[in-house]
Amino acid sequence: MKSAPNAGRNPGSEGVPPSTKAGTPSFPGRRLGRYGFNAFCIAGFVFLLAPILVIVPLSFNAEPYFTFTEGMLRLDPDAWSLRWYDAIVNDEAWSRALINSLLIGIASTVLATTLGTLAALGLASPSMPARNLVTAVLISPMITPIIIVAVGVFFFYSGLGLGQTHAGLILAHAALGAPFVVITVTATLAGFDRTVLRAAASLGAGPLRRFFRVQLPLIAPGVFSGGLFAFAASFDEVVVVLFLGGLEQRTIPRQMWAGIREQISPAILALAVFLIAFAVVVLLTVEWLRNRSASAQRSVH
Amino acid sequence: MKRFRHLAATAPRLGALALVLPLLAFVTVSFLVPLGTLLSKSAWQPEMSRVLPQTMRALAEWDGESLPAEAAFAAIARELPAAREERTLGRVSGAANRVRRGMRGVLNRTARGLDRVEYAGSWRETLTGIHAGWEDAQTWQAIRQAGAPFTLANYLQALDLERREDGSIGRRPEESRVYTPLMWRTLLVSLGVTVLCLAIGYPIAYMVANSPPGRGRLLLVLVLVPFWTSLLVRTTAWIVLLQRQGVINGLLVSLGILPDDARLQMIYNMTGTFVAMTHVLLPFMVLPLYSVMRSIPASHMPAAISLGASPLEAFRRVYLPQTLPGIGAGSLLVFILAIGYYITPALVGGRTGELISSQIAYHVQTSLNWGLAAALSSILLVAVTALYLIYSRVIGIERMRLG
Repeated sequence: MKSAPNAGRNPGSEGVPPSTKAGTPSFPGRRLGRYGFNAFCIAGFVFLLAPILVIVPLSFNAEPYFTFTEGMLRLDPDAWSLRWYDAIVNDEAWSRALINSLLIGIASTVLATTLGTLAALGLASPSMPARNLVTAVLISPMITPIIIVAVGVFFFYSGLGLGQTHAGLILAHAALGAPFVVITVTATLAGFDRTVLRAAASLGAGPLRRFFRVQLPLIAPGVFSGGLFAFAASFDEVVVVLFLGGLEQRTIPRQMWAGIREQISPAILALAVFLIAFAVVVLLTVEWLRNRSASAQRSVH
Repeated sequence: MKRFRHLAATAPRLGALALVLPLLAFVTVSFLVPLGTLLSKSAWQPEMSRVLPQTMRALAEWDGESLPAEAAFAAIARELPAAREERTLGRVSGAANRVRRGMRGVLNRTARGLDRVEYAGSWRETLTGIHAGWEDAQTWQAIRQAGAPFTLANYLQALDLERREDGSIGRRPEESRVYTPLMWRTLLVSLGVTVLCLAIGYPIAYMVANSPPGRGRLLLVLVLVPFWTSLLVRTTAWIVLLQRQGVINGLLVSLGILPDDARLQMIYNMTGTFVAMTHVLLPFMVLPLYSVMRSIPASHMPAAISLGASPLEAFRRVYLPQTLPGIGAGSLLVFILAIGYYITPALVGGRTGELISSQIAYHVQTSLNWGLAAALSSILLVAVTALYLIYSRVIGIERMRLG
C-alpha cells in the first residue's frame, strides 16, 4: 500500500526484478491489481461516509437549498450561517420531541437491560435447557420486519388501551431492545472465567454477593454497551411510533419522518448533525467498553 | 437419597430457567402475542357476524340459489340502521365490497334509505324498493361469504388468486395481479442489494482486517460510523445528494456535464431504493466478513503464492473458501433485513421503488383492509422465519456480532 506515487499510472515500468521480492514471483498485472483493489476499497469507504459527511457543511447553508451555493464555495462568511441550528434549538416541537425520545428511550432501556442481562446469565449457565430455541425466541424481535411488529403492536396494544400512550411505546421498544442486550452480555459472558465465582464461593460469598461484587463488575462493560445498543435502537425507532404513538408521543425520528415526508427543510440537516455527533459518541463509548471488558477479564488472572 | 440426587441435577436447570423466564414472559406478552393477533386477523374475521348476527343466522339455512326467506330481509333491515348508528357500517360494507364490487353502495344506500322509506308490506319489497340489488341472490351470497368468521379470501387475494364462478381457484388475469409482482420485486431488490453489499463490503472488510492494527481500528470505526448513525439521517443524506436540486445533480450541472433542464431523476424511484438500502445494510455485511477475515492467518496467501499459485488463484483457492462462513452470515443477514425493509423504500422509493412492506402499511392505514394486511404480513413473516431458521442452524445466532 505504500509505494511511489507514479506507480499507479505506470505499473510495469518500475522494473522490479521478480526475485527481489522475498522469493514471491511478481506478475506484471499484480501491482495494477493492487492499485485497482485499493481504489475500489477507497471508493467503498467514500460511498459509506460521503453522504454523512456532506450533511455537515450543508447544515450551515445560509440559503434554504440543498446544494453548495457559490458563496459557500468561495468561503464567503455571509453564505454560511447558524440559522438552521437556531431554528432547531428554538422550535418547541423539537424540544418536546427530544423529551419524548429521552423518556421512552431511557425507560425502555432500563427494562430491556435488566431483563436482558438476567436472561443472558441464564443462557450462559451450562445447565440451561433448550438453549438454542429460547435464544432464537428472545432474539426474534430483532429479525422480524419492523412493519409487522408495528402493525401487530398497534392492533394488540390499542385493544388494551395502550394505544397513543408512552407506556405502550416503552413496552414495544423494550421488546425490540432486549435482543441487543442478550447478544452483547452473552458475548461478554463467553469470555468470563467461572473459576472466579468458585473462588469467591470458597471464600464464603453467597450467590447474591458473588453476583453483585464479583460477576457484575466484570461484565459491567458488556451490560453497559448492551444498554447503549438498546437505547440507540429506541432513539432511532420510527415505525412503531408512527403506528402506535399519537401527537403526544412524537419522538425525534417521528418528527424527522414528518419533516422528510412533507417539505424537507435544511433545519433537518442541523438536527442530523446533532444525531451524527451523538452516534460518534456512542460508537466510541462502545468501542472503549469493548476494550475495557477484554482487559478487565484479562487482568483477573 | 436418590430423590435428592435428582433434585441436585434439576436445581441448576431451574435456576437458569428462572433467570431467563422474566424476559421470555415479557417478549411473549409484548411481542409474540401481538404478532399472533395480527396473523389471526388474516383468516379470522368475526366482525361481520358480530355486527349482523341475526342476518348471518337467517342466512345459515339458505340454499344459496333462490332468494332467502323473509326472515333474512327482516333481520338485515333491523341490523343495518343499527350498524349505521354505531358506526360499524363502514367496516361491514367495506368487507362485503371486497367480496363483490358494488356491495358498499347496496349496504350504505339501504341503511340510509330505511330511515326514510315506508314499510311496504314485506321487508323483501321494502328493501328491493330501496335498492334493486336485493333481488339478486349474489348480493346475499356476498354477505354470507363476507360474514364467514373463518376465511381464506385474504390469502387468495394476497397471492393474486381468485375463486371462479364454478368454485375452482385460479390465478387472476395478468393485468389485475398486484401482490405477486410486488413479491417478486421485493425478492429481486433484496437479492440485488445483497449482491451489491457483498461486492462493496468484501474488499472493505479485507482492507480493515489486513491493515496494521492502528489503521485497522481507525478503518473499523469508519465502517461503524454509518452503522450507528440514525437511519433517518442516512436516508435524509441520500435525499440531499440525489434529488433533482441536490448535490450530485448540482455538481454535474455546474461542471457542464448535464444541461440544467435535464437533471437526473435518481430518487423517488428504484434507483433511490437500491442506493439507499445498499448504504444502510452495508455494515451488516462488512462486520461478519471482518470477524471471519481477522481469524485467517495473513501467511496463507503468500504461502500459496510461493508454492506457485498466481495471486488470483491463491485468492480463489485459499482465501475465498475460508471466508465462506462470513459471506454466508453477512448475505443471509442483509437479505433477511432487506425483504422486510420499510423506512428507506417508503421515504426514497416513490411509487416504482416500493416493496411489499409499503403495501402492508397502506392496507393498515389507508384502505383499512386489515385482513389483507395481515395475510401479506404472514407471508412475509413465513419467509423471514424460514431464513432465520437457516441462519440459526447454519451460522448460529450466538455468533451474531453487533458493532
